[in-house]
Amino acid sequence: MATSSTPPFTVSGLSLSSTPPTIDIRGIVRRHGAVTAVDRVSFQVRRGEFFSILGPSGAGKTSVLRMLAGFEDPDEGDLLIDGRSMFGVPPNRRPVNLVFQSYALFPHLTVLENVAFGLKMRRVSPTLIEEQVRQALTMVKLLGKEGRMPNQLSGGEQQRVALARALVNKPAVVLLDEPLAALDQQLRQAMQVELKSIQEQAGLTCVCVTHHQEEAMMMSDRIAVMHQGRMWQVGSPREVYERPCSLFVSRFLGVSNELPGTIGPWVGEDRVFRPTDADQMPLTVRTVSTEPAGRSATLSLRPEQIHMAQERPSTSDPVLAGRIEKVLFAGSDTKYLVRVGRDRFWETRMVSGTSLPSFAAGDPVFLYWSRADARLFFE
Amino acid sequence: MRRGSTGLSLVSSLAMVFLYGPIFVLVLYSFNAAHLSMAWRGTTLKWYAALWHDEALLAATENSLLIAVISTIGATLLGGLMALGMERMPLRRQQIIEGGLVLPLVIPEVMMGVALMLLFVMLKMPLGLTTVMLGHIVFNIPLVTIMIRTRLRKLDPALREAAADLGANSWQVFRHVTLPLLRPAIWGAVLVAFTVSLDDFLVTFFTAGPGATTLPLKVYSMIKSGVTPEINALSALLLVMSMASVALALHLQRREV
Repeated sequence: MATSSTPPFTVSGLSLSSTPPTIDIRGIVRRHGAVTAVDRVSFQVRRGEFFSILGPSGAGKTSVLRMLAGFEDPDEGDLLIDGRSMFGVPPNRRPVNLVFQSYALFPHLTVLENVAFGLKMRRVSPTLIEEQVRQALTMVKLLGKEGRMPNQLSGGEQQRVALARALVNKPAVVLLDEPLAALDQQLRQAMQVELKSIQEQAGLTCVCVTHHQEEAMMMSDRIAVMHQGRMWQVGSPREVYERPCSLFVSRFLGVSNELPGTIGPWVGEDRVFRPTDADQMPLTVRTVSTEPAGRSATLSLRPEQIHMAQERPSTSDPVLAGRIEKVLFAGSDTKYLVRVGRDRFWETRMVSGTSLPSFAAGDPVFLYWSRADARLFFE
Repeated sequence: MRRGSTGLSLVSSLAMVFLYGPIFVLVLYSFNAAHLSMAWRGTTLKWYAALWHDEALLAATENSLLIAVISTIGATLLGGLMALGMERMPLRRQQIIEGGLVLPLVIPEVMMGVALMLLFVMLKMPLGLTTVMLGHIVFNIPLVTIMIRTRLRKLDPALREAAADLGANSWQVFRHVTLPLLRPAIWGAVLVAFTVSLDDFLVTFFTAGPGATTLPLKVYSMIKSGVTPEINALSALLLVMSMASVALALHLQRREV
């Protein structure tokens, strides 16, 4: 923001610049027989943005990607890339390149020939091809492996070849289909960082499909949460994680500690929340909700928002009594499974190695949190 | 466990003896110097040399090779296109055609030979080299189609999608991705078709006219005047050719994985 007169920047808002968005999807619908795989999905992606579509398998996210790539056309709606409708445009004439989940490297071609494939199809001159392939291979740190066949490469190297093969064509959009799903945990984390830095360095516009919420949050500028063919929420990782708009989004993006109950009257800025479990005291919640008192709602909290104490804390914030059921040491932090109702468990976390009091299984504890942190979801 | 496997190896040894014993004897006696007896009179290569001077035999060899080459090319082209075309059809239709393809492989070859002969006679085509070639193309098409189709179905569809995504039109996808990946299967099909054509007796017998004698037909006519060492030598040569070709085909099939 260069001048103070510009309106406050909202991450979930659309492009600030006057140029059209790189991707503009307008109410696309895709049916497979009786099943509606994609149901009236709309979103826009800005130039240089890393946009992830996150959802469980069968959410319809791969269908969206395949429609962007041109392997399928929407049954309804339209799909624009750089302001041009892509309806009926075959995959080979679209300014996008897809990095396949299986990588789909050509097994009969060397690394060099794989990366050069797109340029060769576009009849770029051999000298230019060599230069650009070299650049792409440098970017993915594969220089010196040009002559290898794909089956002589490790999984991580194959992934890099697939990436280089796409970005060498300088597409308007790079599409990534579960790009890191086939890698093991450690490699996956290293590649997340690397993929992100390549994307920033090259100024790539990326649309990434994944079911891995942590991966999506770490790499994306914005995330769209998809479920049952619908787009549930679009926003920055922080926004969708901290302010999920539905219980589904809350549960899908991390641990959601929930308490069913009913919303009560206002108390100043706050409202009373009465848990359904009879043995729990009413809690106070800060909410902008104007739902009438008496409506059933579910309260949700992230594990890291919850504090634990052995004694009842003297606070005006809500406090919930419970008993530690299990202690799960996970290295850098420790997870506690706390029973807060007959069949209701919450998960809390504490950073390991701090001088905080240690809790053991069976200990009675008090959970408390800032009244502004709790989120209410109405059915 | 141990006793069971001894019994099993005994049975399989016997099976091998029954299978390969006669062939071994045949090859062995093609080197026997004695003319008409089964007694061993020393080793010789003269029967192989004699083949080389037999004009009728050389003509039959020429016919056999010509028929095998032309019918293999024809069957590979048609069968290959068939395999590619079937890929684009709805699954149900693919299954129906697949059933139709297997049928010629299981019906008695005599029937196939008679049917083809009747067809050619009905069409008033004179029986000769052309009709034999057509006959061989007919029985080789299913073999080629099934072999190429098997490979085609094993190919990851994402490979062709990746090629299209990288800017290849449908011809370029075929030229740069599908065809190179099918190559081992195509060569395998070529060799199998060639071998089957070279060895075929029944269809050739019914569809060949005068002047279209092939090697198997020649062997058959020679044998009417008694088993001679030349026949042994000729059969041994055919055997070596077929085995070499099938071995090469198997090698190519294995490499494609």
